[in-house]
Amino acid sequence: VENVRLLDRLSSRRAVVGTLYLTATHVIFVENGSETRKETWVLHSQISSIEKQATTATGCPLLIRCKNFQVIHLVIPQERDCHDVYISLIRLARPVKYEELYCFSFNPKLDKEEREQGWKLVDLNEEYNRMGVPNSYWQISDVNRDYGVCDSYPTEVYVPKSATAHIIVGSSKFRSRRRFPALSYYCKGNNASICRSSQPLSGFSARCLEDEQMLQAIRKANPGSDFIYVVDTRPKLNAMANRAAGKGYENEDNYSNIKFQFIGIENIHVMRNSLQKMLEVCELKSPSMSDFLWGLENSGWLKHIKAIMDAGIFIAKAVAEEGVSVLVHCSDGWDRTAQVCSVASLLLDPYYRTMKGFMVLIEKDWISFGHKFNHRYGNLDGDPKEISPVIDQFIECVWQLMEQFPCAFEFNERFLIHIQHHIYSCQFGNFLCNSQKERRELKIKERTYSLWAHLWKNRADYLNPLYRSDHSQTQGTLHPQIAPCNFLYKFWSGMYNRFEKGLHPRQSVTDYLMAVKEETQQLEEELEVLQERLANLQKSQSGNNKVKSKQQDRSKQFGLYASNNSLANTPQEYSSDLKSFPSRSPSQGDEDSALILTQDNLKSSDPDLSANSDQESGVEDLSCRSPSGGGCLPSEDSGKDSDEAVFLAG
Amino acid sequence: RFVGSLGTIVIKCKDLRIIQLDIPGMEECLNIASSIEALSTLDSVTLMYPFFYRPMFEVLEDGWSSFLLEQEFEHLSSVTNEWRLSCVNKDFSVCPSYPPVVIVPKSIDDEALRKVALFRYGGRFPVLSYYHKKNGMAMLRSSQPLTGTNGRRCKEDEKLINATLRSGRRGFVIDTRPLNVAQQARAKGGGFEQEVHYPQWRRIHKYIERFHILQESFIKLVEACNDQSHNMDRWLSKLEASNWLTHIKELLTAACLAAQCIDREGASVLVHGSEGTDSTLQVTSLAQIILDPRCRTIRGFEALVVREWLQAGHPFQQRCAQSAYSNSKQKWEAPVFLLFLECVWQIHRQFPCSFEFNEHFLILLFEHAYASQFGTFLGNNESERAKLKLPQKTMSLWSWVNRPEELSRFQNPIYEANSLVIWPSVAPQSLQLWEGIFLRWNRPSRFLEEAEEERINIIKYNKELQAKVNVLRRQLAEMEADGEVQEGE
Repeated sequence: VENVRLLDRLSSRRAVVGTLYLTATHVIFVENGSETRKETWVLHSQISSIEKQATTATGCPLLIRCKNFQVIHLVIPQERDCHDVYISLIRLARPVKYEELYCFSFNPKLDKEEREQGWKLVDLNEEYNRMGVPNSYWQISDVNRDYGVCDSYPTEVYVPKSATAHIIVGSSKFRSRRRFPALSYYCKGNNASICRSSQPLSGFSARCLEDEQMLQAIRKANPGSDFIYVVDTRPKLNAMANRAAGKGYENEDNYSNIKFQFIGIENIHVMRNSLQKMLEVCELKSPSMSDFLWGLENSGWLKHIKAIMDAGIFIAKAVAEEGVSVLVHCSDGWDRTAQVCSVASLLLDPYYRTMKGFMVLIEKDWISFGHKFNHRYGNLDGDPKEISPVIDQFIECVWQLMEQFPCAFEFNERFLIHIQHHIYSCQFGNFLCNSQKERRELKIKERTYSLWAHLWKNRADYLNPLYRSDHSQTQGTLHPQIAPCNFLYKFWSGMYNRFEKGLHPRQSVTDYLMAVKEETQQLEEELEVLQERLANLQKSQSGNNKVKSKQQDRSKQFGLYASNNSLANTPQEYSSDLKSFPSRSPSQGDEDSALILTQDNLKSSDPDLSANSDQESGVEDLSCRSPSGGGCLPSEDSGKDSDEAVFLAG
Repeated sequence: RFVGSLGTIVIKCKDLRIIQLDIPGMEECLNIASSIEALSTLDSVTLMYPFFYRPMFEVLEDGWSSFLLEQEFEHLSSVTNEWRLSCVNKDFSVCPSYPPVVIVPKSIDDEALRKVALFRYGGRFPVLSYYHKKNGMAMLRSSQPLTGTNGRRCKEDEKLINATLRSGRRGFVIDTRPLNVAQQARAKGGGFEQEVHYPQWRRIHKYIERFHILQESFIKLVEACNDQSHNMDRWLSKLEASNWLTHIKELLTAACLAAQCIDREGASVLVHGSEGTDSTLQVTSLAQIILDPRCRTIRGFEALVVREWLQAGHPFQQRCAQSAYSNSKQKWEAPVFLLFLECVWQIHRQFPCSFEFNEHFLILLFEHAYASQFGTFLGNNESERAKLKLPQKTMSLWSWVNRPEELSRFQNPIYEANSLVIWPSVAPQSLQLWEGIFLRWNRPSRFLEEAEEERINIIKYNKELQAKVNVLRRQLAEMEADGEVQEGE
C-alpha cells in the first residue's frame, strides 16, 4: 500500500510518508524520499492488537500495538486498503499452527552442526551437577520418563533420595495437574533447598499420606534444619477460595514440621490488567507529572513487582540465613512459583547473575518446568484470558536489582530487553509451546534455532562494563532493600517506552564504558606489539644489522599501526590518536551503533532497528511535552508564521 | 532543629539527616538540647560559623575574586562589541540587589539605566544574563515593569530591550507568572510588557511556583521519604501529592522554552517574574546549562552560580534559613536553589557524559547553601555581603573547592566535552526523584559507591595505557628514524 503515513506519537508534525508491505512474516514500512529509505520492520508475532479508528479527512488510521511495547500509528489514504490491511493483519498476527511461526522459516545461515551446538549451550544436567546434585540427599528420578506422571514437567526431575516412586506418584495425585514437589535450587553450602510444586488438593479436610511423606523427605534432605517453610505465593483469600473447589493449601496440623506462609502475589488476570493500565499511562499524549504518577500508582504495577521481589527475598533469606528448605507453590505452580523461585535463585547464587547463568536459570525455572509460554504470550491464537506478563515481571525484577546492585550482574539492560523481545518474537524455538513434552513432539531442536546461542555469539553487546568476577558485589547472596525509603522501585522506561528514544537518557554510561573497555583492550594488545617491536629494534640496532627488507616485512606485519607511527613523530598529534578509536565519543543522537546487532542477523532479529527518532544532537520537540498542552515551539523547519501562532497558545 | 523528650535528642539537620542521641540524665539532656537550640538559631549573621572558621588548608586562589563580572565581560567582548560594562550601581543606589557592575547594551547610557530602574520592581532593570555566541542572541533578565493600572510606560525601557534585537526580528518575553497573576499585579503597581508599547516582543506566560508552595512541597516530600513503612502504594501517592516533580517538570520546561527561543528561533529573550530574584534566575541559569557547554564544566558552573545567583541577588539568607524540617512557617523560606540544582541533576542524568562535575558537586552546593563554614552563601545580595565585609572576614567556598585535591572528588570520570546544545526530555517518564538528596541518609550507598569506583578505575586504567602506548610509539618512531638515517648513510 502506498502513500501511507507513519505518525510520530509525540508530534503530529513529524509524520513520514512511505509504503507499507505485508510479507508472510513481517509488516514493513519503507519511508519515501529520504536517502536512507529508513525501514521499520515488525514481526507479525509481535503484534498484540490492531485497532482501526474512525476515518478522517486525511485517511484511515490504523493503530498497531506490539508485545514489545512498540506502538505504530499508520494512516492509510483509502478506507478499503486500510480494511484489507486490517483483516490481513488480524489473520497474520494470530497464527493457529506452530508451523506458521517465524522460527520455522527463520534461517540464520548456520549449518546443522552449529545449530546443534547452539542447543547444547545451555545444559540442565550440567547445571544440576554444578549445584551439587545428585548427592547423598538428592537423586534424579525417572518416574516421569515418558511424561507418565506429569505432562507439564520435564522427564528428569530431582527429588529427595528417601522419596520412593510410590511416594512421588502418590503425592502427584494429590497435587493440581499432578505437579509434585521437585527440586528447583540446591544450596551446596548448607544443604537447604528450594522445591516447587502446585497446590495440594486438600479441599477442607482431605489428606494424603504420600504427600505428607514427600514433604517429610524434603525436610530430611536438609539435616541442618528440623522444619521446612511452605510458601504459598497467593493471597490468602484466593487460596481459601480454592478450597471450595477441592484444592487449597497445606494444613500445618497434617504435615509435621512445616511452617506455612502466605505471600500475596496476585493472579495472572490482575497482572494483565495492571500492565494494561500502566501501558495506557505510557501512551498518554502529554501527561502531567500528576497524571503519570497517579496512573502509575493506580496501575499497581510496581506494587506487584515489589510483591514478587519480597517473596524472593523471603525465600533467599530462609535458605541462606536460616538454612531452612522451602517448598514454593501457587495454584498450578507454573507462574508465580516460577517467578519467585527464579528471583530467589538469582539472589542466592552469583552464577545466575552471569550471562550464561541467567540463560540457565530461565531454562531451568521457566522452560523445563512447563511455564506456558504459548498461552501466556499468545504465540498462537488462543484464549486472551490466558495471556499475562508473567516473565516480563521477572525480567523487570532483575532490572530493579541491577539498579540497586550496579556491579553484580555480568549482563546489561539490553540483554534483558532482547530476551523479552524474543520471548514474543517466536524467531527462535526456545520459548515455543507450553511444555517440554510439546516441544519434543514438535522436534523444536531439529527444526529451529536457539536464542541462547545467538545471544552468546553477540555477548560483547550485552556485557555490563562494571562487572568484575572478583568484585565483592558479585559474590554471595544479594540483600536488597525493601522499604521505599531505602530503595525505590522505578518505572522502567527503557522497557515500556523502549521505542521512544526521546524519553531516555541521551548518553548511555554503559555504552560509553563499553567503548572505553574495548579501547583499553586494543591498547593492551598494541602495547604488547610495541614492546615486542621495540625489543626487536633494539636488538637489531645494537647488532648494527639493518637489512632493509626485514624492516619492510615488519611494517607489513604491523601495517595496522603504520599510519599511527608516522604521526607519532609530532607530539601535538598524540591527542589525535584518541580520536582514531572509532566508537569512543558518547553519541547523543540515534546512532546507537552498539544496539545494532551483527551483520549476519536478519533485520527483523534486531529489536532496536525499527526505532525512529531525531538524528540531530538530541533535539527534543518540546511542543508536545509542555504542560500547557502543545503550546510552544515546533523544533524545526515549519514556517515562521505558524510558529508564532502556536506560541500564543502557550 | 530539635525535639527533646526523656533523655533523647533528635536533631533534624538542614541536609535532611536525622540524628538521634540518647543522653543519660534528664537535666544534662535538657541543657544540651537548649544549647543546641540556642546555637542553631543565632539571630546575628556575624556570630555565624564562617566568621570564626579558620581554614586548615593553604589558599591557592582567593575564591572571592575568582569570578568577577569583568572577566566575563572580557570574554564577551572577544566575540561582540554590542555590550558594555556599566558601573551605574557601584554604590548599590540604583538597585540594592544588583552587583556594582552589570552588562548592558552599549547604546544605553547610565542616565537611561537610572530611569529604567525606576520603572522596574526593586530597580532591577534588564541586564545581560547570557549571550549566545552561535547566533548573537541575548538572554536578559529583570523584574516586572511597574506599569500599574493606568499602563505607564518608559521609553528608555523599551529602547533598552529593543537594543538587543536585530532589525526586523522579534524577541520573546518569558513571564514566569500566569497571565491572571500578572494582570493582578497591576493593581499593586506592577504589571507586564504590553503589546502596544513593545510591538516587537511576544509575551509567553510560563508559570513557575513560588515561595510557600515550594516550601510545603519540599516538606511533604521529605516527610514521604522518611516514611519507614514498606508499602509501595502509599509511597507513590505521597510522591505525587508533594508535587515536587511537577515543579521540576515545569521549571525544566520553562528553561527549555527560553533556550529554544534563543537557539532555534534565533530570538532574544527577556525573562522575569515579579521580583526577578527567584524563578527568573532558575530559568536563566538552567537555559545556560542547556545552551552553553562552558556552564557544564566545574569552573563554568561555579561561575554560573556566582553570576546568576549570588551576584544576581538571590536572597540566600532568606530562602535557605531553615530547610525542610522547620516547624515555624517562615515566610521567605523556599527551596528555590535546590530546585535549580535538582534540574541540573535531571539534565546530568540524561547527558551523563556532558558534565565535568558529578552528583557530589551538586550535593555539596546544596549543603553549603544551607549551612557552611564558608561565607559564600551568606547575605541576600552583594550589597549586604559588602557591608558584612565577607571577602575580608570569611573564607570563600571556591577557595577550598578549587584546590586540586578537593576538585578530584567532584570530577565526572566519564566527562567528554560536548559542544552541542543539550535538550533534555521533560516527559514524566524521563524525570526521577533525586535520590542522592532525598534518600541520601536512608539508602545504603555502598553498592552505588562501588559502581562509581569501578567507573573511575576503568577510565584511569585506560588513560594509563594510552600514555604508555604513546611513549612507546614515540620511542619506536625515533628509533626507526635513527635507523633510516643510518641506513641512508
